[in-house]
Amino acid sequence: MLPDLRGYGWMLWEGLQLTLLVGLASLLLAILLGLLGAWAKLGASRIARGIAGTYTTVVRGVPELLLILLVFYGTPTLIQNTAARWGTPVYINLDPFVSGVLTLGFIYGAFATEVFRGAFLAVPPGQIEAARACGMSRHLTFRRIVLPQVWRFALPGLGNVWMVLIKATALISVIQLDELMRKTQIAVGATKLPFTFYFVASLMYLGITVASMLLQQRFEAMANRGVRRA
Amino acid sequence: MKKLVLGFAAAAFGFAAVSASAEEHVVRIGTEGAYPPFNYIDAEGNLVGFDIDVANALCDAAGFECELVVQDWDGIIPGLLARRYDAIIASMSITEERKEVVDFTEKYYATPAKFVKADDRDLDIPDDISEANDTLSGMAIGVQRATVHENFLRDNFGDADIRVYATQDEANLDLVNGRVDLVMADSVVLLEGFLETEEGEGYSFVGPDYIEEQWHGEGIGIAVRKGEDDLREALNAAIEEIRETGTYQEINAKYFDFDVYGD
Amino acid sequence: MNLALVLDSLPQLLSGLLVTLEITAWALALGLAASIPLALMRVSTNPVLRLPVFGFIFYFRGTPLLVQLFLIYYGSGQFRPELEALGLWVYFREPYFCAVLTLTLNTAAYTAEILRGSIQAVPFGEIEAARACGMSRGLLYRRIILPKAFRLALPAYSNEVVFLFQATSLVSIITLLDLTGVARVMVARTFAVYELYIAAGLLYLACTYLILWVLRKVEYRLSGHLRPREAEPARPDLSPAGLP
Repeated sequence: MLPDLRGYGWMLWEGLQLTLLVGLASLLLAILLGLLGAWAKLGASRIARGIAGTYTTVVRGVPELLLILLVFYGTPTLIQNTAARWGTPVYINLDPFVSGVLTLGFIYGAFATEVFRGAFLAVPPGQIEAARACGMSRHLTFRRIVLPQVWRFALPGLGNVWMVLIKATALISVIQLDELMRKTQIAVGATKLPFTFYFVASLMYLGITVASMLLQQRFEAMANRGVRRA
Repeated sequence: MKKLVLGFAAAAFGFAAVSASAEEHVVRIGTEGAYPPFNYIDAEGNLVGFDIDVANALCDAAGFECELVVQDWDGIIPGLLARRYDAIIASMSITEERKEVVDFTEKYYATPAKFVKADDRDLDIPDDISEANDTLSGMAIGVQRATVHENFLRDNFGDADIRVYATQDEANLDLVNGRVDLVMADSVVLLEGFLETEEGEGYSFVGPDYIEEQWHGEGIGIAVRKGEDDLREALNAAIEEIRETGTYQEINAKYFDFDVYGD
Repeated sequence: MNLALVLDSLPQLLSGLLVTLEITAWALALGLAASIPLALMRVSTNPVLRLPVFGFIFYFRGTPLLVQLFLIYYGSGQFRPELEALGLWVYFREPYFCAVLTLTLNTAAYTAEILRGSIQAVPFGEIEAARACGMSRGLLYRRIILPKAFRLALPAYSNEVVFLFQATSLVSIITLLDLTGVARVMVARTFAVYELYIAAGLLYLACTYLILWVLRKVEYRLSGHLRPREAEPARPDLSPAGLP
C-alpha cells in the first residue's frame, strides 16, 4: 500500500535522480583521487607519501558533516583571504553541486586510496618480475598485468565505498543541494507529515542500496571471469 | 590586510560596473526560500514572497538583470563573502555585528520580534527583559540558527534552554510537537507563516514587542559586500524609487493589511 | 587566521566535545548490549527469529543515518497522541533521547552484522570439538563461540566505534549542542568560518586517533596468545604440568 504523498512524489523522484548524479560524480572523483593516493603511498617520493598519508589520516579523523561545512563555507573565504594577502584577488564561486561533489569525492578519495593500495599490493610481485623478464616495458607491465588485476582486487572495496558514499550524499542537503533529502525536507515543511516522507525517502535509499548490491555482484562476476575457482 | 581586501573588492566591482555598459550586468541576489511570507518555495517549486517581489521591483527600478540564488540562512553571509551572489535580500536585520562584515542599504521594512506559545499554556511574559528572563528560566525556546533572534535570546534569556533550528518551519513544528515551550521570531513571519495557518490554530503571541536596536538593528536591509558602494547606492535609490512610484505599496498590499515599512 | 578567537572559543568547544563523547558512550554501550542478542537471532536457523532481525539490520545499514535521525525526531511528532497514550512521549520530546535512540539502533545494526560475520567465522572444528566434549548449546556459545567471535570482531568493531563517534556530529541538526553544534553556533555569531571549523576538526581528529590507539591496545592484549612468543629469559618452569 502506497502512502498518499499529496502530489510531492514527483519532487522526491527528482531528488533521487540528483542524489544518484551527485553520488556517481563523487565516486568518479574518489576513484581518481584514490588511484593518485595509492600511487603516492606506494611510490618512492617521500613528499608524495607524506602528503597522501596526511590526507588519509585527516579525512578519516574528521566527521563528514564538518568537512562539508568546512569545504562549502570555509574554503572560499580562506582562499580569498590568503590570495588577497598575496596581492592577487581570487574569487571562487562554487555551486552546491560542485562543492558537494568536491567534498564527497575528497572524503571518499581517502577511503579509495586505501582500497587501491591494498589492491596494488595484492598483485603477486612474481608476476610483475615475470613480465619484466619477458621484456615488457614498465608501462606495458602496468597496463597488461597490474591494472586488470587491481580492478578485480579493488572491486569489493570500491563497492563498499560506493554504499557509504551514496548514503553520505544525504548530508549534502545542509548545503542546499536539492537532492533527495532536501526535497524530502521541503515536502515535510509543506505537508507536516514528517514520518510519511522520511520513511518513503528511506525506502528510496534502500532501493539504491539493493540495486547497488545486485550490480556489484554482476561486476564482480565479470571481473572474476577467467579466474580459476576451487 | 583588511584595507587590501576592500581595495581589491572595490577595484573588481568598479571593473564590473564599467563592463556593464557594454553588456547586460547580472546581479545575483541571495535569498533563503524558507521564510514565509517573505521568501519561500511554493508547491510548484517557485521562489515567491514579499522579499522576492521587492527584489524584482528593485532590479527593474535599477535596471539590473537579476538572478536569484537560494542559500540556507546560516550560510547566507559566508555565501555573500564567497561571491556566490552580490546582495542578500532575505529579510536580514541591519545589526552592528553584521555591519562588521557586510554593508547594508537603508531599511526596506521593519517589524518587531515576538514570542509565540500554545493557548492552553498558562504563561505571562513581563515587559521588563530581566524579569522576563527569570520567568522563562529553564523553558525551552525554539529559534532559527544564526538570526538576530538567536543572538537576542542568548544575550538576554541566558537562563532559558535555547534550541536552534535550521529553518523557522522546523522550530514551529517542534512547538506544535510540544518539544519547545515558546518560539521567537519576527512577528510578521510568525503571524503569516504560522499563526494564520492550520497548524497555528491554538497558538498565539505572548509578551511585548521587541525592537532593541542593539540586537534587532535598524530594520531589514539589503546586505552587500563591504566597499561595494556603487551597488549599495543603486539599491538605495531603487528603494526610494519604488516607494515613490507606489510599487512598494502594491507589494505591501499584496501580502499584508498593514504597513510593514514601519516609521 | 584569527587565533585569539579560536583560543577564546576553546572552553565552549570543549564543553561541546563532552556532549559528543557522552552521546557516543551511551549509544556504544546500549548498541553493543543490543547487538549480541540480535546477532544470535540473526544466525538462528528459526526464520521467525532470523527474518525480522535481518530486516532490521538491512534497513539501518542500507539507509542514511540522517534520514533515520529525522524519521525518529520529526517523525515521532506525527504519532504524538499514540506515543502520549503509551506514556513514551516524555522521552521522544527530548532531542537527546532521540539522538541516543537513533545512534543506538544504527550502531546495534552494524555491530550485529559484524558479530554475525565473526560468529560464522569461528572454525567449525572448534565447535565440533566442544560438542564432542558434551557441551550444551548455551555453554558452547558462552565458552567457545562468543569469546572467539568477540576477538575476531574487534578490528571491525574498532572502525565502527570511530564511525559512530564521528556520526554523532549529525545531532547538531536536531538542536543538540555537541562539538559540531557549538562550532556552528559560534560561526553564526563571529563569521570566523574556517578558524572555528578547523579547530573543531582538530579536536575530532585528536579524539579519533586517541580512541583508535586505546582500541589497538585492547586488541593487542586480547590477542596475546596468538603472537609469536617474544624472546624472554629462560626461566625454570616450576608450575605443575597442565597449570599455567
